[in-house]
Amino acid sequence: MKTFSLANARDLLVNKEISALELIEATLERCSRFAHLNALITPTPEQALAAAKVSDARRAKGKAGLMEGLPIAIKDMFCTEGIRTTAGSKMLENFVPTYESTVTTKLKIAGSISVGKANQDEFAMGSANNTSYYGNCINPWTSSTRSEAQLVPGGSSGGSAVAVAAGMALGATGTDTGGSIRQPASFCGITGLKPTYGRCSRWGIIAFASSLDQAGPMTQDVCSAALMLQAMAGYDAKDSTSIDIDVPNYAAALNQSFKGLRIGIAEQYQPNTLPDDIRALHQQGQDWLKAAGAEIVPISMPYTDYALPTYYIVGLAECSSNLSRYDGVRYGYRTPDASSLDDMYMRTRAEGFGSEVRRRVLLGTYVLSAGYYDAYYLRAQKVRTLIAQDFHHAFRKCDLILTSTTPSAAFAHGEKMDDPISMYLNDVFTVPASLSGLPAISIPAGLSADHLPLGLQLIGKPFDEATVLRGGKVLEDAAKFTYLSENDHE
Amino acid sequence: MSKITDIDLGGWEMVIGLEVHAQVSSASKLFSGASAAFGGKPNNHVSIVDAAMPGMLPILNEAALRCAVQTGLALKAKINTYSVFARKNYFYADLPQGYQISQYEFPIVGEGTIEITLDDGSTRTIGIERLHLEQDAGKSMHDQHPQYSFIDLNRSGVPLMEIVSKPDVRSAFEATAYVRKLANILDYIGACDVNMSQGSLRTDINLSLRRPGAEFGTRTETKNLNSLKAIRQAIEVEAWRQKVVLESGGTIDQETRLFDPVKFETRSLRSKEDAHDYRYFPDPDLLPVVISEDWIAKIQSSLPELPDQKIARFQQEFGLSAYDADVLVADQAAANFFEVVCASTTPKIAANWVIVELFGRLNKTDLSISDSPVSAQGLAELLALLEKDTISGRTAKDVLDTMFSTGKSATEIVKKQGLEQVSDTSAIGAIIDEVIASNPGQVQQFRDGNERLLGWFVGQVMRQSGGKANPSIVNQLLKQNL
Amino acid sequence: MSMDKEAIQKLGRLSRIALGDQQAEQIADELSNILRWIAQLKEVDVEGVAPMTSVLEAHAHPRADIVNDGYAPKRVLANAPQEIRGYYIVPKVIEQDTT
Ligand SMILES: [Mg+2]
Ligand SMILES: [Zn+2]
Repeated sequence: MKTFSLANARDLLVNKEISALELIEATLERCSRFAHLNALITPTPEQALAAAKVSDARRAKGKAGLMEGLPIAIKDMFCTEGIRTTAGSKMLENFVPTYESTVTTKLKIAGSISVGKANQDEFAMGSANNTSYYGNCINPWTSSTRSEAQLVPGGSSGGSAVAVAAGMALGATGTDTGGSIRQPASFCGITGLKPTYGRCSRWGIIAFASSLDQAGPMTQDVCSAALMLQAMAGYDAKDSTSIDIDVPNYAAALNQSFKGLRIGIAEQYQPNTLPDDIRALHQQGQDWLKAAGAEIVPISMPYTDYALPTYYIVGLAECSSNLSRYDGVRYGYRTPDASSLDDMYMRTRAEGFGSEVRRRVLLGTYVLSAGYYDAYYLRAQKVRTLIAQDFHHAFRKCDLILTSTTPSAAFAHGEKMDDPISMYLNDVFTVPASLSGLPAISIPAGLSADHLPLGLQLIGKPFDEATVLRGGKVLEDAAKFTYLSENDHE
Repeated sequence: MSKITDIDLGGWEMVIGLEVHAQVSSASKLFSGASAAFGGKPNNHVSIVDAAMPGMLPILNEAALRCAVQTGLALKAKINTYSVFARKNYFYADLPQGYQISQYEFPIVGEGTIEITLDDGSTRTIGIERLHLEQDAGKSMHDQHPQYSFIDLNRSGVPLMEIVSKPDVRSAFEATAYVRKLANILDYIGACDVNMSQGSLRTDINLSLRRPGAEFGTRTETKNLNSLKAIRQAIEVEAWRQKVVLESGGTIDQETRLFDPVKFETRSLRSKEDAHDYRYFPDPDLLPVVISEDWIAKIQSSLPELPDQKIARFQQEFGLSAYDADVLVADQAAANFFEVVCASTTPKIAANWVIVELFGRLNKTDLSISDSPVSAQGLAELLALLEKDTISGRTAKDVLDTMFSTGKSATEIVKKQGLEQVSDTSAIGAIIDEVIASNPGQVQQFRDGNERLLGWFVGQVMRQSGGKANPSIVNQLLKQNL
Repeated sequence: MSMDKEAIQKLGRLSRIALGDQQAEQIADELSNILRWIAQLKEVDVEGVAPMTSVLEAHAHPRADIVNDGYAPKRVLANAPQEIRGYYIVPKVIEQDTT
């Protein structure tokens, strides 16, 4: 159902072929048409229309920004001033920030217009957008073999992915902690980029795991991702972990030659259990890159298997602490009629958090607690060093690493629910780059046996999003990914 | 080492370690740009970072880092070029993040020392274990409403230095001497404004008892004492409690206690069931702090003269006694005051007048030296009149009283009240002649050998002169004329 | 490594999450499973490996000591569940404990 991409729409606006108001109206129309997908927790159509008029006026005055008039959706992890921000949780059902995150501020300054706050897993904890307090988000794609099944969009940035896939927005912000941008992008057939840790400010983004969280763009194509990243990226003095390093011109980087670039392939990313369609697409990806002039080099990533448990220990430890602030004292949900402060804490947090969040907070508390810290948390931090070293060594031999984004295509809501670990395994290919802070992109590159989108992932060197995007463009051009037709949804 | 001022513990020895929380004298908070000033309307000195709003991130305050390094250097301590902030996780209504950002495994400052002076004038070295930076919590008020506690976050995030001593302290006297000396050093380098009543210096006492030479016993931690008096009392009360428990065959629980100055007891703060597990881990929102040797050297070279150095200089340069030097240096303002007075006066006279006369009057009126109605220049002017023999010592004390109550200068008072000393020998001689003439009996007694009568004659002459005659000239002339 | 109901209740206390008995039992099973899975990390030889606290090879850049925030209690209290006279309000606290 590829309508036109963010980058296409920008050209139309620049050439005055459409107005921002027309574009927003058309987009809002799609938002209502696909409301049943539950991609938006809080739609903001009135604000969007008002902003569109302002945007057209600004353009008329010759003051158009980089993303002037372009409709986007904002994951509900980004605090937005005056607009309810829930993180997908009952805990923040009525939370209206008095401040705006740095990334969404930059997007606003660039002229983009938000159509609403996108659905997500609660506090970004999930891989199927099925832990949201505001209900499941539905993938617009359906399986050719089980057309009746409602599929998951992936998570945690499920609402963002669906909004873009269904044309309810031309771009969306996501946050990626262990794959939360790339995995839903893969499941919904769109492009998702997790920048280098430190490239985009985390200020004003609700924290899940501070050493891993990173905001990034989700769009229909690579040109659009480059455009949106350009607006989002940059140093922020309010975030100690944001890095003061130049932001290159990403759009310009896309046109540079791909000849001679070295693509690393690691056998550890192709376990025997991998389905044939995914394995085949990975081979296809290598061939496409080779055809574009790249050189394929074998690399070894011996610690890959340990990335997932390492990720869970580190992420859970951090989230258990990050979520301590939700105590019912200063904002958010508070249990009624508490008999004491302690009773208020215990019940507020039991009632305000959903089951997955409670599970992770409890386990995170456990791995940090006296007597277990060394065996779990400290050990995981050491293994994390080894995983990062794998990449460090690999990038002496190559410029990008090609992997599948996910070990499967989208599955149905209700599946993989009994066993948390099988859900966690969704992120097996995305987590290592997260642990190492590296930029990585998922490109929709083909269809599974039952006709569902499959993504390919390219992982790059620190702060080398330019090369990641360039490789992504090569895959995109070669794959000529078949988007759904609009009729598929009616 | 036991002191007569300390309670008699019947053979038990106290082992004390002190944790002092000193508020860094910075304008803004440790991790936000909100004011760190004391007081203010509720929740007014609070940023959305201090209130731990979702998505907020801490940014380290350079001044706090600098103060910590300054203090470390003043404590002759090891400065760590690599340090890490960690989260200490626990729930409390005035702890917005649900964790306190502190330092754990890698503090900014390592081991150092403090010299304290005991009451016999000897000195003792107390080891410093470490100094680290951390956030203060907010304030809970429990007396505003029957059902509710009120939370004010103005203090939330205020930068503190926690200075941890080694368990080297052996008495309440030493403990207060240690805290006083530490406060003195902090005041000198300006790292803390050392206002105990506003909570800018708070002390936790780790105390256990043992038989001398035996292993350390189990200790308790008595928290949050904010005066020297409270520190002394809490130590004595808690030591006595432990002695009673131990002597009746009981054991001490390792626990946190609270000192109640009204009931004069310490109380256990929390049950064991609720024992804390702080789950420290490095704060992923903050990068490691790396400082250069250059920066440390720069701070070292800009350190002001420290109390110990000043004491030594006052003895060498001005010939003061160890006691006088110690008393003057114990208060930076007093030391500065003294140096101004001293510039135009004999140092020993200046010291004597500052310590005895000025401090005496300040104490009586409950004023600090910085509020003194008599300035250093003012006192210097008075002492100049004394040294030039324009007024007598007796008169000078009266003049100082008048200066104290009126704020007028010594010269003005002396002139207005006509207090100039009479040194004119003919004028004094005339009075002496008169006194001799009208007291023949006493003159005879003196001449018969009762030399003690000289004082009586001096008194008579002084009275006749209205106290203005120069006593040494009176003495001299009397001896000649009698 | 497996966990029992009591261990889960203790974690519930530490993390201030009230748990029913049945719930604790179910979570005990789930967490035991996850811990068994996580235990594979024990295979890794981490001798001499430094723990990673940040992926960034960077260090803190402290800010200047300037007051440029605060003085906006309304902004801070805007979402407060309960507020009286500019204070946050919580059920009365009896025990005192500051750190
Ligand atoms: Mg302490
Ligand atoms: Zn402390």
